[in-house]
Amino acid sequence: MAKREISEINAGSMADIAFLLLIFFLVTTTMDTDTGLVRRLPPVLDEIQDPPPIKQRNIFEILVNANDQLLVEGEYIQVTELRAKAKEFIKSNPSFPMVSDATNASNPNMPEFKMEEVPVFGNMLVSKQIISLQNDNGTTYEMYIKVQNELVGAYNELRNELALQKFGKSYDELVQQSGSSESIEEKVKAIKKIYPQRISEAEPKKIGS
Amino acid sequence: MSKFRKKGSKGQPAISTAALPDIVFMLLFFFMVTTVMRETSLKVINVTPKATEVEKLERKSLVSYIYIGKPIKALQGAFGTAPRIQLNDAFKTKEDIFQFVEMEKDERDEAERNMITWSLKVDQETKMGIVTDVKQELRKANALKINYSTKKTDKIVN
Repeated sequence: MAKREISEINAGSMADIAFLLLIFFLVTTTMDTDTGLVRRLPPVLDEIQDPPPIKQRNIFEILVNANDQLLVEGEYIQVTELRAKAKEFIKSNPSFPMVSDATNASNPNMPEFKMEEVPVFGNMLVSKQIISLQNDNGTTYEMYIKVQNELVGAYNELRNELALQKFGKSYDELVQQSGSSESIEEKVKAIKKIYPQRISEAEPKKIGS
Repeated sequence: MSKFRKKGSKGQPAISTAALPDIVFMLLFFFMVTTVMRETSLKVINVTPKATEVEKLERKSLVSYIYIGKPIKALQGAFGTAPRIQLNDAFKTKEDIFQFVEMEKDERDEAERNMITWSLKVDQETKMGIVTDVKQELRKANALKINYSTKKTDKIVN
């Protein structure tokens, strides 16, 4: 019997096959990462409670109508102006820091302040601000997101400013590093305590349209 | 001089392509691992609005999607142009959301059930009425962590 030589399999076309597969996966891949605005909905209350009384001056009132027009604190403005207005309101300025109830007497439209225990800083005057947002059933979703975005942006900018001023780092950086050390986590908590995100959404009414 | 001339006359050897399959395979595996196949086919027009303050959604396995928008062109004959809710692969009404939430929760581990993010993929031209209805249903079903899906942009305009 003649010794038959086992012929080698030709691997020359392996590259072609691999290319074919590669192109298939290249085409089907979607690399987009999902991004969005994160919100928490309030839980349903078992019984209808009377809402706690909140003074009008502590509320930053935003109304959006069916024509996507904005009414902020009784004033008709554009959405691009909203961020600056919201920042001004959230930050405001305790004019009498030594008075215990610090009523911000010089400016009756700005929110009141309250002494609160804040980590890292100790006792500080914290604004009692609340942002109230009410939209119409006919408001477009695009407008709604714009308003939401500006409000979140206002809070983020204020938090960044405060963090830069106090710790020399922006708030975003602090949040990123908060996993690594406890002291940074405390700082994040402190800033959140001074500028808490309070956006209250009323059930929509049919205004106009 | 003659030494060099001798070498040159032999001609350049072809570049070895033996390593080419390896390189291609490497790329192939990269794409195979990173690929996420679409689970649902969109039945609604879905152009999400743009925003500047977006956050990335972490942990895809803990995200459930709710699509809202007009039916796509091919389906407008049968379903009209009024905005509709799409859950998984079918048009649903807002009354179905409670059941959808329960089913999605059942699919996850018990410890992770409260960590599910409900991503609302809403077309930008949709009116808020239907979105609010969906939000109220989510509240009733105790699905509170929501995410308005938006694309990142540098600046918003009026």
